[in-house]
Amino acid sequence: MSVYLLRRLIQAAGVVLAMSIIVFIGVFAIGDPVEILISPDADQIERERAVAALGLDLPLWQQYLVFLGKAVQGDLGRSFVFNEPALQLILQRMPATLELALAATVGAIIIGLPLGLYAGLKPNSLGSKAIMAGSILGFSLPTFWVGLMLIMIFAVQLGWLPSTGRGETRELLGLRWSFLTADGLSHLVMPALNLALFKISLVIRLTRAGVRETMLMDYVKFARAKGLSPFRVTFVHVFKNILIPVITVTGLEFGSTIAFSVVTESIFAWPGMGKLIIDSINVLDRPVIVAYLMIIVLMFITINLVVDLMYSVLDPRVRLDSK
Amino acid sequence: MRKSIRSAAVAAVSLMAAGLPAGQVWAQEQTLNMGVGSPVTSLDPHYHQLSPNNAVSDMIFDKLVNTDAAARNIPGLAESWRAVGPTTWEFKLRPNVRFHNGNAFTAEDVVFTIQRLPNVPNSPSSYAAYARPIVRMEVVDPLTIRFHTAAPYPLMPLDMTNVRILDSETHANAATEDFNAGRAAIGTGPWRVVSHRNGDRIEFERNDAYWGDKPAFARVNYRMVTNDATRTASLLSGDLDFIDQVPTSDLARLRRDPNMALSETVGLRLIFLGLDHLRAANENSPFITDNEGRPLGRNPLQDVRVRRALSIAIDRKAIAERVMEGAATPSGQFLPPGTFSHVPDVAAPEYNPDQARRLLAEAGYPNGFRITLNSPNDRYINDSRIAQAVGQMWTRIGVRTAVEAQTWATFVGRAGRQEYSSHLIGWGSNPDGSHPLRNIIATVSRERGWGASNRGRYSNAEIDGILTQALVELDEEKREQMLIRAQRIAAEQVAVIPLHIQTNIWAMRRGLTHTPRVDELTRAQDVRPAAAR
Repeated sequence: MSVYLLRRLIQAAGVVLAMSIIVFIGVFAIGDPVEILISPDADQIERERAVAALGLDLPLWQQYLVFLGKAVQGDLGRSFVFNEPALQLILQRMPATLELALAATVGAIIIGLPLGLYAGLKPNSLGSKAIMAGSILGFSLPTFWVGLMLIMIFAVQLGWLPSTGRGETRELLGLRWSFLTADGLSHLVMPALNLALFKISLVIRLTRAGVRETMLMDYVKFARAKGLSPFRVTFVHVFKNILIPVITVTGLEFGSTIAFSVVTESIFAWPGMGKLIIDSINVLDRPVIVAYLMIIVLMFITINLVVDLMYSVLDPRVRLDSK
Repeated sequence: MRKSIRSAAVAAVSLMAAGLPAGQVWAQEQTLNMGVGSPVTSLDPHYHQLSPNNAVSDMIFDKLVNTDAAARNIPGLAESWRAVGPTTWEFKLRPNVRFHNGNAFTAEDVVFTIQRLPNVPNSPSSYAAYARPIVRMEVVDPLTIRFHTAAPYPLMPLDMTNVRILDSETHANAATEDFNAGRAAIGTGPWRVVSHRNGDRIEFERNDAYWGDKPAFARVNYRMVTNDATRTASLLSGDLDFIDQVPTSDLARLRRDPNMALSETVGLRLIFLGLDHLRAANENSPFITDNEGRPLGRNPLQDVRVRRALSIAIDRKAIAERVMEGAATPSGQFLPPGTFSHVPDVAAPEYNPDQARRLLAEAGYPNGFRITLNSPNDRYINDSRIAQAVGQMWTRIGVRTAVEAQTWATFVGRAGRQEYSSHLIGWGSNPDGSHPLRNIIATVSRERGWGASNRGRYSNAEIDGILTQALVELDEEKREQMLIRAQRIAAEQVAVIPLHIQTNIWAMRRGLTHTPRVDELTRAQDVRPAAAR
């Protein structure tokens, strides 16, 4: 077990290193941050000063070594734009994104599982067909469009929900959360739903497929033959087994929800990491881009690890030490 | 204050009669929710030269010289100023001004501020250039300060409109982070900072001790909503009272909506085409070929007839009306009418495709040539669509044009390395002809600090000569005539191809009025309830 963990951590370090090199070269290839940040009427002396101030006067490989030297000590550099440590900037925004992603994931399970279950148990009913048709829409409609439509309908036309922002927050465990206040919750609903839409459809489809497959299994037939109530058959025998793929996929999807909440965050002006990264890319704020991607890589690796561990708990056939 | 409560109460009663809940009206009178399209990156007024930062700095701090909505200099923390000698400017400071923390404002604070400008660590775009002409500062008395310069420097008052004054005591050791955290965001301006969340929102409250016109609102919630469609939607839904950078596609709808009002003014930002002047007449320009796609062997853009043909081939009115939905004014120069050193006799070039074809033939290109027009697609209002329109118009006179649009981050670097033959770009001028001339038209020179954004490398000795004189001429009238002469030459020689000057547009719920600013700054003190006027 510990050997396994160690190996995973070494892999993670390798990925992070490779990724930082790619970002360095990538940002260098896209353009010059100073050209973007500097006032257009700045003269040559001022430009040279800015280049030196941001450490961009060194050759790229030296810039990278400077970065690496500091990164080992836990310093991922200062944002060109905000003049604050990049890591701190991102961590400040992280709770907002985490909250949004968690709300979306929980929402996807709460909505997706029952609908998927229903569609699996009664595949030929009208309701099931409607659910399946709806899930196709969930898959195929682009997030930014759905987000704007949600705003137009629920904020502009009906006036039920606030259109943008995070609303009132309350402190819990040292972080600020919006789901603890009514105002915050009302701000959370639309962005969370928008982000969850794709995942709801995914959960519905996974659950339905699982249910349909499991219902034909011998042990289910046997349970029914034994005279168990349909309720017990569904929620004990079937449900437990279909949870495995659902958990795997939802877990893996959680990572991408956080990483790719960019669109939803910018449409709903949600002050999370996604909005920060898109702003940073626009001005080539390299320290923030690098730090953000490093965090995301670490997060993906952690999530994969957690999913693997949960998998082994749920399914006794999967033994980690056999890997 | 008492008066505003009473007028609010009156407004509340009259609106109640109209069937609106009184509480809502009250809240709206007191807090202004503003949505801006560009993020503010710092509350440190000397850290990052950027319009959104300047707008917010104008709310917290004051300058010696303020500018009115039309960008004319008006007294700020200095009540008056004059050149007392050829190389000495004297500023008489306003008495009884206090910072938000109660400290008095004196000449020492000005000295401290000017000294701080070049010394802000890690600044990606500093304000140091405004301190550079000053070789010595002399505090005559607590309310009089003199700036000594090496050479006559007529732009001193204009420079001072960019420098926000700090307190020598409060800010002695203040770092950019202290400003961003709100701790050090203490000025003499009309608003105090209550809280700041980077890239999300800034909350302000009114500075009741402000020396000038008191703001109408007790509190301001200044939110950064970068997505265009969302910003409009938030205004429509009532979450925001006021937005800037209204997308042109929403203009028609907002104009029709009886609950909305717009405020607009012709701005100072010219959209123009930069041309390749770097390659000599007998060299190839990178994106120009003959009609078969082979190198041309010469740079047609060195011929003024070709440049003129390209300019009059463009139907500027059509672009302003169709692509820009009316939110632009065709122009043949950098500055709009009414601005210092606007050239009265240079109009927007008339659309004349026949004349353009004749000029091309005269220049030796009866069958035209091929060119690529490069453009950013995320920088200026409708930038890539304007480029496409220009491309079609050029193709119509025989210059077969391909349009290549890309993100600003890539575009600006390549344009700065003279990789393009023609490019679409914009320039936000200071209201003084020397600003665009010096940065875009003048010959690139490190020593003089000229040509910082002269990406086409235009060079004209005559213009350079006039500009050199104008930059040391203290007589404003003579100076204006010089700048006009230089700009007229630039227009005749088609140094760049001006297209249009953008209209700055803000939108608000009915019941508010706004004084639109030519400099694009979105500031809460410019918004007032319509009834209070």
